[in-house]
Amino acid sequence: MLTKRIIPCLDVRSGRVTKGVKFQNNIDLGDPVEMAVAYSEGGADELVFYDITASAERRPIDIGMVEAVARTIRIPFAVGGGITSVADMERVILAGAEKVSVNSLAVRKPEIISDGAKEFGAQCIVLGMDPVRSDNPRCPSGYEITTRGFREYTGMDAVDWARRAAELGAGEIVVNSVDADGTRAGFELTVTRLVAEAVSVPVVASGGAGKPSHLADAFDIAHADAAIVAGMIHTGDWTIAQIKEELAAAGVPVRRFW
Amino acid sequence: MKEQARSKTVIVDYRAGNLTSVKLAFAALGEDAVVTSDANAVRRAGRVVFPGVGAAASAMANLRTLGLVDAVREAASDGRPFLGICLGMQILFEHSEEDGGVDLLGILPGRVRRFPDVPGCKVPEMGWNQVNGLDMAGVPDGSEFYFVHSYYAEKGPYTTGVTEYAGVAFTSAVRRGNMMATQFHPEKSGRVGLELLKGFLAC
Repeated sequence: MLTKRIIPCLDVRSGRVTKGVKFQNNIDLGDPVEMAVAYSEGGADELVFYDITASAERRPIDIGMVEAVARTIRIPFAVGGGITSVADMERVILAGAEKVSVNSLAVRKPEIISDGAKEFGAQCIVLGMDPVRSDNPRCPSGYEITTRGFREYTGMDAVDWARRAAELGAGEIVVNSVDADGTRAGFELTVTRLVAEAVSVPVVASGGAGKPSHLADAFDIAHADAAIVAGMIHTGDWTIAQIKEELAAAGVPVRRFW
Repeated sequence: MKEQARSKTVIVDYRAGNLTSVKLAFAALGEDAVVTSDANAVRRAGRVVFPGVGAAASAMANLRTLGLVDAVREAASDGRPFLGICLGMQILFEHSEEDGGVDLLGILPGRVRRFPDVPGCKVPEMGWNQVNGLDMAGVPDGSEFYFVHSYYAEKGPYTTGVTEYAGVAFTSAVRRGNMMATQFHPEKSGRVGLELLKGFLAC
């Protein structure tokens, strides 16, 4: 049986992993490569690195870090933030990342998804989206896409955008709820489920994980294929092994041998 | 000198996906594998790794254009250690449903089919799934490996690993003598993946 993936998210700022709530109050958590090794050996199924200050600072992704991670761990990882072109995607993929994630860029230039998928295969192209609850009449799903780290509202409906991105060739969609991000009070199940039911590609729940039952809800209720965890493991409150143990007890298929 | 050249591990590059991970996984085992598109290098190699992601038709076209068909066929049949990965496994079979039907290398009997549409089962299958029946040192039976694929090979006489998805029990590993191939990505499958690659290097 295909297992549900648990994906630690590492937000990297100036070469260090940081954690903040709603992109504010960032605190230093450690070295990206050391943390990648620890999570990989601890049972993570995949990792995602967001070079979170790259876009704002208008500088390219730290390829040296991507290479160092690729040399060191043997599980898939995705890299996002700071991608501005297919050439950037190529640098990240040739450095050894399995996937590249685009978010604000794809809203501005949707063809980056199709161009990337044509060049590297859909399985390499992840669309990250940051939906927020909204009563904007242009967003019938009730969720509107924001960009640039929740700073801008786009007027785009989250479910429409997910469908369009999948048609363009996104191989996976990460639904990162603005409302739930950093709260550790559970994923935003409604928008995750709406997206998971609208597209035929895997959907990753993101934002709000605080305890193992939140992940079980993302899989059982929202039909996510994978879930991102950050604060709950970065603080040491939970290990990935403990999360998996609780999920297995709740009947969720998880990877057991690592 | 010739002996030394013969012991080399080569990774066949036929423009079917990124080979960085495969090369890095062998590097982690202390093996400096050489990436090549040169048929003569494949013929001289002691061990041949045949990876691949993407579409079967363009992969077959690339093999022909690069003049690699015969060299790969020999490597998979003449007793040298050979490891096909993902599309590199599928291409060893006779025929694929992909792209309206593609004839493959036909080194192994059997066909490659698309996963059926089953509610709740996304295609491609992406993630870690159990492989049953794989007899490899250091790899517990039922270990999970990392898969990304929309097509699968039917079970056949050389199937050694079986995996289930979308209601189908498919071939996730094959072996005939020193020729082995996997639908999953051992280079991305953590410790058990490295154990499998170690077993290949020990052939």
